[in-house]
Amino acid sequence: MCKDCGCSKALGQVHGHHHDHPHDHDHPHDHDHPHDHDHAHDHDHPHVERRTIELERKVLAGNDAHAEANREWLSRHGVTAINLISSPGTGKTYLLERTLERLRGRVPCAVITGDQCTDNDAKRLMGKGAMVKQIETINSCHLDAARVGALLPEVAGKGVKLLFIENIGNLVCPAAFDLGEHFKVALLSTTEGEDKPIKYPTLFSMAPVVVLTKMDLVPHLDWSLPKCREYLHRIRPGVYVFELSAKTGAGMDAWIDYLEKLAGYVQAP
Amino acid sequence: MHEMAIALALIEQAEKAAKEQGARAIPGITVVVGRLSGVDPDALRAVFELAAEESLAAGATLEIELVEARVRCRKCGKMSRPEPPFMTCVECGALDVDLECGRELYIKSMDVDVEDGKSEGGVSNV
Repeated sequence: MCKDCGCSKALGQVHGHHHDHPHDHDHPHDHDHPHDHDHAHDHDHPHVERRTIELERKVLAGNDAHAEANREWLSRHGVTAINLISSPGTGKTYLLERTLERLRGRVPCAVITGDQCTDNDAKRLMGKGAMVKQIETINSCHLDAARVGALLPEVAGKGVKLLFIENIGNLVCPAAFDLGEHFKVALLSTTEGEDKPIKYPTLFSMAPVVVLTKMDLVPHLDWSLPKCREYLHRIRPGVYVFELSAKTGAGMDAWIDYLEKLAGYVQAP
Repeated sequence: MHEMAIALALIEQAEKAAKEQGARAIPGITVVVGRLSGVDPDALRAVFELAAEESLAAGATLEIELVEARVRCRKCGKMSRPEPPFMTCVECGALDVDLECGRELYIKSMDVDVEDGKSEGGVSNV
């Protein structure tokens, strides 16, 4: 398989080179091979031995080491970090806009926002009193701990108490990569249907907090809150669920209260 | 699909361990993948060969041992294998459970080709 686009060309084959190689010349090959010399073999052969080693080494040990270093850095600087994960279009950025406005002057915040392309989200989040940095992953479907770690001193130094890491819009891949955050928060919008948690259980089983967004749209949808809550609890017993509409502001007070408490979760030594 | 990133991380860790052993090739790797690890075994198999190219594990065989999720119930104390996606005690139906296994993602073992006289240090790093 080709590494660039996944087509069936073998690796190393160049795309679009359809030139012909006629190869119609003759090879006479009529010379003699006398072979009358000796094979003494008095040099050393390296003897290769095959053995099985037991390892128990984590596949993501590299990412985990970066994540631990991030967590240690955050703890040392008194910063609580939350990793916001959801589908594209759930309203992560919109919720963050309203959240930063509400926390301005109360809790010093910073944001690292990830998208495959564009710095549109960073532009939307700037000017609200928080340091904002965009990561463009280009081809990657998730943020990893090394990329986040490289930005921490610039983004989350200088008295920041709460760091939001807005992950790539994707319910599958970001769940596998620890970024060094203290909490994973999953977002789920009412327009996505109440059964998202059981369709994508990996993320929802890892997130102790879920925010249900776009609650103002419920009257227009065939969407059942009790069913959604039941699914969430069966995937992650004890999950804490916020219901809110960032647009109307309904439910935002509880969310903001929670974040204010969270900002004191990590105390610098 | 993040399995390419997983496969590349797998090769990186395997090569690191192989070099610690003074090995010059890795003909086989056995990986343990939990059902709740977020990694799809078929997708991992599909990208492994490509990820291993030009590494010590080029051409290596990949064995995947799948681990089902198991929970211990805090109410009845019994272990059970929940029906994915629900993390519910199968014995009594309680929601109050602790996940005992199912999130694994580690290299269990690997075959290495080592030349005579090369080091044989122990490796263990979970």
